[in-house]
Amino acid sequence: MIMSQTQTKRPSTAPTPPVFELIEVEQEFSVPQPGRSLFNRDTVGLKALDGVRLSIAQGASLALVGESGSGKSTLLRVLLGLDAPSGGRALYRGKPIREARARGTGFARDVAMVYQDARGSLDPRMTVGQLIAEPLRHFNIVRKGEEAARVAQLIDRVGLPTDAASRYPSGLSGGQVRRVAIARALASEPSVLVADEAVSGLDVSTQAQLLTLLRSLQRDMGLTLVFITHDLGVASYLCEEIAIMYLGRIVETGPTDAVLDTPAHPYSAALRAAAPRFFEPIPEPLPGEIPSPLDLPNGCRFSSRCPAAQEDCRLRDPQLGQQGAGRAVACLHPLTSTGAQASETR
Amino acid sequence: MSIQTPDAPTALPPAEPPKKAKTGRRSIFLRRPFFTIALIVAAGYVLAAIFAPYVAPYDPVMQDINAMMQAPSMAHLLGTDSYGQDILSRVIYGARYALIIGIFSVLIGAAGGLVIGLAAGLSGGWLEWALMRLIDSILALPSLILAVAFIAILGQGVDKVVVAVGLSMIGPFARTVRADVMQVRVQLFVEAATLMSIPYLKVIWRHVLPNVIFPLAVQVTIRISEAILVSSSLSFLGIGVTPPTPDWGLMIAEGRAFVSFAAWMSAMPGFALALLLIALSIVGDGIREEFDPKLRRGA
Repeated sequence: MIMSQTQTKRPSTAPTPPVFELIEVEQEFSVPQPGRSLFNRDTVGLKALDGVRLSIAQGASLALVGESGSGKSTLLRVLLGLDAPSGGRALYRGKPIREARARGTGFARDVAMVYQDARGSLDPRMTVGQLIAEPLRHFNIVRKGEEAARVAQLIDRVGLPTDAASRYPSGLSGGQVRRVAIARALASEPSVLVADEAVSGLDVSTQAQLLTLLRSLQRDMGLTLVFITHDLGVASYLCEEIAIMYLGRIVETGPTDAVLDTPAHPYSAALRAAAPRFFEPIPEPLPGEIPSPLDLPNGCRFSSRCPAAQEDCRLRDPQLGQQGAGRAVACLHPLTSTGAQASETR
Repeated sequence: MSIQTPDAPTALPPAEPPKKAKTGRRSIFLRRPFFTIALIVAAGYVLAAIFAPYVAPYDPVMQDINAMMQAPSMAHLLGTDSYGQDILSRVIYGARYALIIGIFSVLIGAAGGLVIGLAAGLSGGWLEWALMRLIDSILALPSLILAVAFIAILGQGVDKVVVAVGLSMIGPFARTVRADVMQVRVQLFVEAATLMSIPYLKVIWRHVLPNVIFPLAVQVTIRISEAILVSSSLSFLGIGVTPPTPDWGLMIAEGRAFVSFAAWMSAMPGFALALLLIALSIVGDGIREEFDPKLRRGA
């Protein structure tokens, strides 16, 4: 049933290349060798991204989930063309992202970004109206006379009070500042919205309002949404697909509900179990710290913390491989091969 | 899972009631009485300087042999000097020179500092290194010594003093501008503008410069007093403006020989100088505290 659906889906998406396609993307930073002496200039390569494969189709909504230090932000910078990957290919509609960005304002207009630190991403010396008008003017979206009306419309769309246009960001609350950042991102009429932890650090009711706003925006405008978060609840509410990162590699992808219901990778399972729930004791956390990317364990990079590690896990490095319908996992011994099959036949 | 509130309202009421713009806060003049007094004093100096021909009772360079070295009296409120020139008139005209030299030399210093500081802060690499070593070498000398050196090259006169004092103040301005630029250019909103494919120079013009100019403007108000002090010191040393000019530093120097029996000759211009410097410092500090962007709230 699902197989046939995916088969009918595939050909329709095949002719138009995916919005973003990452093929074995690596990003290596040179860092001082740990423990080097003062006069030693030795550096070692730190692989913040190590063989990332990801494909984001038009209109999809993808949640990128992972611990701090798993490479989410580095991946984001590659996606936005701020950094060139040191290895592999990062494509935007079939063209390398850096080239697409260098070619003109088209890419910048099409791919908009909402920063985690929304307040820091807004110039403190500009009013909200000026901030939102900046992309309008830069991309020549409306004529001069219609600018104020368009700003008012955007302010209204993200649910800010009408008088917000004349205020400065420092006079707005955390939730309102995020709305300004979203309005500014939407001003360029993008088809892709990249949001980095756009709702973290807010109280739950404000989070819920922003999530509802983002979801309705995504549906109304047909946005492709890339949402970086560490909150699985947010991911499941907002995004149809999820990609779980661990130490610079995507360890599991697939439809959000399927992945969260029956995680195949032990790390996904651990993340899922770590989310606190009412009326239940706080679950046993994952043992140990995330290893340093300078000193990766042999074999599977999760083997040092994996509760289900076996002998060969410390010898072979698993690649992201197909696991059931639309899902992929990088594990030699996927947890619920039965569960995944069950969801397939369901 | 945890977030299941699909029917939360999309458009929500503002999180805070619309602010009453200014009514909740007392005016700056009431909150800072010293600032107010200092501002009135400084404004008095400025007005006296502008309208000097109308408020000064005598011509500042008119010598009256019959009234030499007279103590303060009704005819000469602040007394007369050894040439019989009216000290009050000379103090009033002196404010003109002090303020002109102070303001214009600080503007020269601020403009030069802005250019060098921007270049150093934005360029990085060897250019930044070279510029900062240049600034360090300027800063290594006190501004008075440096101004003396420039006067030695340029010669005497009001315009030369303005240039000399201005050049000697580039150092501190450049350093603060560079520090601000380095702080601003790594801010997220600069990256966000770059992300929008806004050309680099436009980003600097629209986002970096305004965030640097305001702290610089505050610096300007604070440093005017320093410039006036340096220029007066130059005149006192006899290498600033030339003698008949009514300049405070010059007047103090002229009265020095008679200080034991005609103390008013040095004391009056000295008092005028001290009062202006104190007033300007208080005004500058007040402005800095009031308009610090870190403390500024709302519209």
